[in-house]
Amino acid sequence: MSSFTSNEILQEFMKNKIGLVGVGILMGLITISIITAITIPAETFREWNNPTIWISYPKTSQPSWVNYFLIEKIPEHKILDSPAIGTQTSGEISVISQRFVTNYQYDSFPSDFSHEYTAKYSGTPLFEMSVTRPDRLELQLISSSLPLSQEYNVYHERVFSTDNSIRKNLQQYQDNFEFLIEDMSAEDIIFSRTDINEVLKGDYVFTVNLYGVDSENKIEESSFIIGGKAFGLMGTDELRRDLAIGLLLGTPLALFIGISVAVGSVVMGLVYGVYAGFKGKYTDETMMRLNDVVYALPALPFLIILVATISNSIFLMVGFLMIFGWVGIAKVSRSMALQIKTRQYVEASKLMGQKDRTIIFKHVIPQLLPYAFASIAISVPAAITTEAGLSFLGLGDPSFPTWGQILHDANIFGAAARGLWWWVVPPGIMIAITGLAFVFIGNALDTIANPRLKR
Amino acid sequence: MGFKRFIATRLITMFGVLMITVLLTIALVGSNMDTILVRGVSFQVREEITENRALVQGFKDIEEFDAFVQSKINQRVKELGLDEPWYSPQRLGLTLYKILILDFGHATFLTSDSGSSNVKDIIFEKLPRTILLFTTATIIISIIGIFLGAYSGSKIRSKVDRLTSSFAVVSSSFPVWWVGMLMIFVFAFTYQIFPARATPTIPITDPGYYGALLYHMILPITTIVIIGFGAWAYLVRNFMVGIMQEDFIMAKRAIGIEEKKIVYTHALKNAAPPILTVLALSLSGSLGGAIITEAVFDWPGMGRLYFEAISVMDLPVIIGSTYILTVFFLASIFLADILYGYFDPRVKTGS
Repeated sequence: MSSFTSNEILQEFMKNKIGLVGVGILMGLITISIITAITIPAETFREWNNPTIWISYPKTSQPSWVNYFLIEKIPEHKILDSPAIGTQTSGEISVISQRFVTNYQYDSFPSDFSHEYTAKYSGTPLFEMSVTRPDRLELQLISSSLPLSQEYNVYHERVFSTDNSIRKNLQQYQDNFEFLIEDMSAEDIIFSRTDINEVLKGDYVFTVNLYGVDSENKIEESSFIIGGKAFGLMGTDELRRDLAIGLLLGTPLALFIGISVAVGSVVMGLVYGVYAGFKGKYTDETMMRLNDVVYALPALPFLIILVATISNSIFLMVGFLMIFGWVGIAKVSRSMALQIKTRQYVEASKLMGQKDRTIIFKHVIPQLLPYAFASIAISVPAAITTEAGLSFLGLGDPSFPTWGQILHDANIFGAAARGLWWWVVPPGIMIAITGLAFVFIGNALDTIANPRLKR
Repeated sequence: MGFKRFIATRLITMFGVLMITVLLTIALVGSNMDTILVRGVSFQVREEITENRALVQGFKDIEEFDAFVQSKINQRVKELGLDEPWYSPQRLGLTLYKILILDFGHATFLTSDSGSSNVKDIIFEKLPRTILLFTTATIIISIIGIFLGAYSGSKIRSKVDRLTSSFAVVSSSFPVWWVGMLMIFVFAFTYQIFPARATPTIPITDPGYYGALLYHMILPITTIVIIGFGAWAYLVRNFMVGIMQEDFIMAKRAIGIEEKKIVYTHALKNAAPPILTVLALSLSGSLGGAIITEAVFDWPGMGRLYFEAISVMDLPVIIGSTYILTVFFLASIFLADILYGYFDPRVKTGS
């Protein structure tokens, strides 16, 4: 073992192609983490397991980019939340109208549609919903009064395509269609051609009108949802959660868990091993027996018990993982310290009466730094996969959605056997890519720290 | 210091570790266990009293009845020694002794397939299945690994060698259980060849049961082998690379012994001690890692038992399984130590 300057290590590292690939991947992951921190509000972390905020999202939808590879385009889930707003007043009566335009170019019918709004009004304004199809046919869907209120009132409602009045209203258009529409669902009629029951492609305009005598009436937070089978970059899961957000949130968490566990256990192991090796005799013997005990503990069962009985907080989990991580590093550091101890400059500083602590931190540990960095990089993947494994068993911290937890939910809902690949594949790939990045970096550092492995 | 003394010190350390493991487990779950046990006792006592009609009618009002029940409960708790905390020396000693003689008591919720709630019965019903699955897998892994490793070790930088090394690195970054999910997706959903769940649906008494079990085993075994053999081959390769550079191999080459014979008999024989050691360790390691893999494939073995026990906090089962897993783990570490000490005399003298 020879000593290095940090410049030499850097130069050696630049020659190692695989190591550079590892650094490249790591940079990518860090970029993702930064993007996540900037674009996704921190509350989403806690809202991940809260079903109410995901209600407008579709259930188990494929990623929308699958349409590029399909001849039969599957309908995309659309959330239209910025309608064109118009207000008209004629005499006493005022009309607020909102128009939602969508270009429907898919080969099958949407699964449903719904309109959510908050109206502020007094009296009993009339609420109307209609749709204008690409063939200029206009269908009246709803025409009903909002509940009477003498005072200025805030009213929230969600109208679904299964609504009875939509059904009844549509029946009066039977004459326009050349087939029976009696038992069909609303979306199958609205989006159908008139001659045969196939999708009519083109621009659909859904119009919502609110008629009232009071010009103070308002429609707020109005959004129109056309339910589909494809959504977003990574699709959604059974609980309607956007998997892209889950994967993004998982990135900084995995890096945090992996790096902090690796750094923590390497530092602990290094100091422990070097101290034992440097002190020698009884101290060494006792410390190494303790090391043997921790080494012989079955790690996974113990981790499970610790997490299940004490706490599943992510920070404590990091601590638990460290408990089992330092053992091997302590053994190697000890044997390295035994070698370094006999070198002349260490003996010299001993004779000069320097304190043990000074010698250990000034003369011994710096010699082990290349080994330490390599071990940190190599320990990261194990920490990430172990945390993922614990989360997979359902022992994860519910307030921090990790990749393991996404896979846990996928397993609970039988995603693999149901063919929901977009729920199963991406989290595992992310785990593997993160692990690989560190394995690559670690191997590169290892060849620098132990030149003998090169042959 | 002789070999016997080496074994003796090892054995004592192992026993110490075993006790510490059990103590730690009890310490972690002990307070919970007491609450659950006391609740169980009071439920039992109350039921016994209410069943006795004559006794119940003898009370004047509900308060008197409650007082009577409470006194009975206290009496029973005292009989069982539950009034003292779990860390009192007598109770701790008794628990440790009971665990040592494999008396884990009765499970709170879980039962074995035959309906017994005795933890020992449950564990000894599940253990063979785990051993069946993981021992088979480990044996397949080691056979593939040893031959592939020996081959690539004898031909460094060949295509096979590079492929093996990169496969080892890549495969070790994938969690086994995730690959298991992918396998289920491919072979149970896309191509419906194998069942997704590894538990046979036919009853155990059916003569076709073991055939069905074997059929259900194929998917989990393939998964474990795919993820495992790369690392094994890489390990064997590294041992072989060292040995192939030794002088005696050069000498054999010089005499003109066939290269194949040198690799597979002479060199491999010399790589045997570390390989055997790793084999012993990985056999037990597979038992611990089985927890998650069994959960994915729903394999009715120790791992799933452990997982189920933790999800319902069935403490006697948790303690019993931890004990058994630790015993296996320690036994294989011990075996590995002995094997290494036997083959490499430098170890046992401690130099």
